[in-house]
Amino acid sequence: MALPFPLSDLLVILPELILSELALGILLWAAVVKRERERALAWASLASLAIAAALLPVAASFAGELPRSAFGGMIALDGFSLFFKALTLLAAAVTILFSLRFVGTSPYPGGEYYALLLLTTVGMMFMASGTHLVSIYVALELMALSQYVLAGYFKQETKSVEAAAKYFVLGAFSSGVLLYGLSLVYGATGTLSLGGVSAALEAAPRSTLLMVGVVLVACGMLFKVASAPFHVWAPDVYEGAPTPVSAFFAVGPKLAAYAIFARIFFDGFGPRSDDWAPVLAASAALTMVVGNVGALMQTNVKRLLGYSSIGHAGYALLGLLAYRAGGAAGQPEAFGLWAILFYLTAYLLMTFGAFGLVVLLEAKGYATESVDDFNGLWKRNPLAAGAMVVFLLSLAGIPPTAGFVGKYLLFSAALKAGWPALVVLGVLMSAVSLFYYFRIVRAMYLVDGEGEVRWREEPAVAVAVGLCFAGTLAFGVLPQPLIALAKSCLLP
Amino acid sequence: MLDSSTPIQWLGADILTTLVFLPSLGALLLLLLPNGAKNAIRAVALLASGATFALSVLVLQRFNPAIAGLEAFRPLLVDRPWIPRFGIRYLLGVDGLSLILVVLTTLLTLCVLVFSFGQTIPKLRGYVAAFLVLETGMIGSLVALDAVLFYVFWEVMLVPMYFIIGIWGGKRRIYATMKFVLFTLAGSLLMFVAILFASGVHAKATGILTFSLLEWIPAASSGAWSLTASEQALLFWAFALAFLVKVPLWPLHTWLPDAHVEAPTGGSIILAGVLLKLGTYGLLRFAIPLFPGAAARYTPLIAVLALIGVVYGAWVAAAQKDMKKLVAYSSVSHLALVVLGIFAGNVTAVSGAVMQMVGHGLTTGLLFLLVGVLYERRHTREMADYGGVASQVPVTTTLFVIAMLGSVGLPGLNGFVGEFLILAGVFKANVWWAAFAATGLILGAIYLLTLTQKVFWGPNRVEANLGLTDINGWELAGALPMIVLVVVLGVWPQPVLDLVRNSVETVVQIASVRMVP
Repeated sequence: MALPFPLSDLLVILPELILSELALGILLWAAVVKRERERALAWASLASLAIAAALLPVAASFAGELPRSAFGGMIALDGFSLFFKALTLLAAAVTILFSLRFVGTSPYPGGEYYALLLLTTVGMMFMASGTHLVSIYVALELMALSQYVLAGYFKQETKSVEAAAKYFVLGAFSSGVLLYGLSLVYGATGTLSLGGVSAALEAAPRSTLLMVGVVLVACGMLFKVASAPFHVWAPDVYEGAPTPVSAFFAVGPKLAAYAIFARIFFDGFGPRSDDWAPVLAASAALTMVVGNVGALMQTNVKRLLGYSSIGHAGYALLGLLAYRAGGAAGQPEAFGLWAILFYLTAYLLMTFGAFGLVVLLEAKGYATESVDDFNGLWKRNPLAAGAMVVFLLSLAGIPPTAGFVGKYLLFSAALKAGWPALVVLGVLMSAVSLFYYFRIVRAMYLVDGEGEVRWREEPAVAVAVGLCFAGTLAFGVLPQPLIALAKSCLLP
Repeated sequence: MLDSSTPIQWLGADILTTLVFLPSLGALLLLLLPNGAKNAIRAVALLASGATFALSVLVLQRFNPAIAGLEAFRPLLVDRPWIPRFGIRYLLGVDGLSLILVVLTTLLTLCVLVFSFGQTIPKLRGYVAAFLVLETGMIGSLVALDAVLFYVFWEVMLVPMYFIIGIWGGKRRIYATMKFVLFTLAGSLLMFVAILFASGVHAKATGILTFSLLEWIPAASSGAWSLTASEQALLFWAFALAFLVKVPLWPLHTWLPDAHVEAPTGGSIILAGVLLKLGTYGLLRFAIPLFPGAAARYTPLIAVLALIGVVYGAWVAAAQKDMKKLVAYSSVSHLALVVLGIFAGNVTAVSGAVMQMVGHGLTTGLLFLLVGVLYERRHTREMADYGGVASQVPVTTTLFVIAMLGSVGLPGLNGFVGEFLILAGVFKANVWWAAFAATGLILGAIYLLTLTQKVFWGPNRVEANLGLTDINGWELAGALPMIVLVVVLGVWPQPVLDLVRNSVETVVQIASVRMVP
């Protein structure tokens, strides 16, 4: 039987293939493993992620000259996708470290949990590589379906189930919107490959059909990255889901969604950027305001971080808007895109750090983490309080932290691309954000009295938080290596 | 041309780098100590801040004030790539202006820490560490010559001050510290956008992506920057607002009385002594040399605000019953006079302004310190709770009177030199401004003399004051260097004037070109 693609194409997706196999293997193992031996599954999952990560350079070297297209243009391996794949693997690994104890002490078996986490990672990795609207969509659904289950995994917790239901209904709806938009684009251009769409847009006249298609795709994508006005699900889901899962939701899917967002809009809809840029600009402005102002009112730390992550989605949109900043002679320099790569890395570190401390310092069960619980934490645990301050400063974009450098890159890219009003708004919103981030600092340092928070003995989480802490500071003081890496990933 | 063109090496690193990060090293060392080891904490505090002060004096000694223009930065320049992709450099340098403020910073930090040993301060380790980190931020802001690096240090100052007011402050400390942070941050974020924008325009005009002041200032004064008038105006205001909030100029001053009243004594001293000066320093280093055209255009507006500030600050100070609030409002008045001097735009006035920056740091720092001595013993700052305590606390009284007279501007003490030069310079620029500003000084004499009289002289009306103990050894050790300088610089201000003359002339010369496109 002849394959419809050369066998060497399989090598391009080697990390994904192996990771899928390992995930299924863990699922099978979970069926027979004893409840008290489940921790082994977690370590096996971590090992699987490490294997996949180690295979990334192998795949890249087998693929030869990058970017390498495979499966008839469905998938491409390039620096951009490698960067995102490494980030998603890291996100999944940190999530497993966060989940160890949580899953171990819950009344539910953990095998499927880890398997689902690995499968959703496979979905995210395919998303980063997708260069065809169908492969992108299928990958997106692989990621999303696993996540709906993860959100409701702890099914006797009402809040968790509520979060899962919301996530599922809104996620399915947004997928529908996205798919409808894609179908309209197909109708207008007659092709689904991003290169083909781009070429068709270059040639095709303006049409309502196309416009509606592009706008619907934009709406679907804005849903996925939790941007206003399609953001309402995010705080509810982050609050309701178990904290390790919330942390993952706040980082992993967003990374992957930004990857396909950038891919679809630049490689596909690039020629029509004049049409979609105002839509994204309006959403970016609204998102920054809604996220940051919304966070002001929150008393629940997870909700607060949820709203703050909406605000961050708004900042990252600035990078998308600035994609073509500084391009000489029609060649996009992709400053905006490096800025996004850097920013998302910083975002991963600081968001995981903050959520990790929430995991470590949980008060009662997983449901309530009020800001007041942090009262006087400084006296009882100066190390945790100090680390939290660094993460919050980084989230607020205060130097010398990675968050500051990331914001700096995004803002200067947006300025260069001619969006000064959005930059000023972003800066003002950063000032607003300091207010609510500092409410946690205030609780930890300035308010006397005993909060409910107790320190958990969880070395795995502590190690993960420590790594995030080191990264947040290191990339804030010496950002050059990461900038160089992001840059080298974007140039062929 | 210059034999000292190689950076002086110190402990294997550049001397300015060491100067900036030595205090933070001390703070790190403190983390290793247990919270209760009081003597060890004191030793580290003394060692770190003392060594930093000594190092700053060494820099002062090595500095050559005879070099004019931007070349003054050259001998001690530290220049390394930091984020090469964006032309951001780790660029440190000093001229006379920044150097005198660096020495003021290191001296005041040392004094504050020594003083704090004589007071009951809970969580001493954190307190000392916060001041040491703050010192790194302050020195860094003063020596950074790359706009992004400056911004980084500028924001680094915010966090320790937030904790100093928020943890060791008075009853309304949380409100006060939040207000302080938000006011300062709103201003500095605008400056951040302006820095980005300015570098973009500069890169477009000259083809060089850089944030170095050593490139920006010549580009600004030669017109190579090619900013339009409206761009200049916007950029100038973005920078100026950040600095004027810090100064603080009326009507942006409302955070100051709250911050001062709620801050612990040490916080007030550093706030008044150094942080406010960073606002006026920023005007001289960034806002005016980079945008001389816009600075010239808006000088009348800023001068009017400054004049209002001089009189308003004095007037409100005269109405206060709380000693700390009174001194805080007197700062509003004095700093407004400094701003007026800076914008008067001649060498006399600007020299006076720099002199007054130093003088105000010493005298107002002392006033806060001595109010802190009384507060430590009686836990009240109301003037009505005191009266006639001179016989109980003769040493405190003597020191207070000297500081107060320095603040009023008595000839022979350092306040006089600054005020006199500012007024003389402002008189040359605009007679009416000078006349108006002088009234503020008269008011200043009234409220400060009233304060002294109500607290120290007269009959002892309050029984609780009979047991008042005088200033103790540590407190006195903290106050003495400042008192000595108040007198020495009053009698013999020439070294300071010589040190800053070239920097001042450079600024004035750039400002006088007044390129209005």
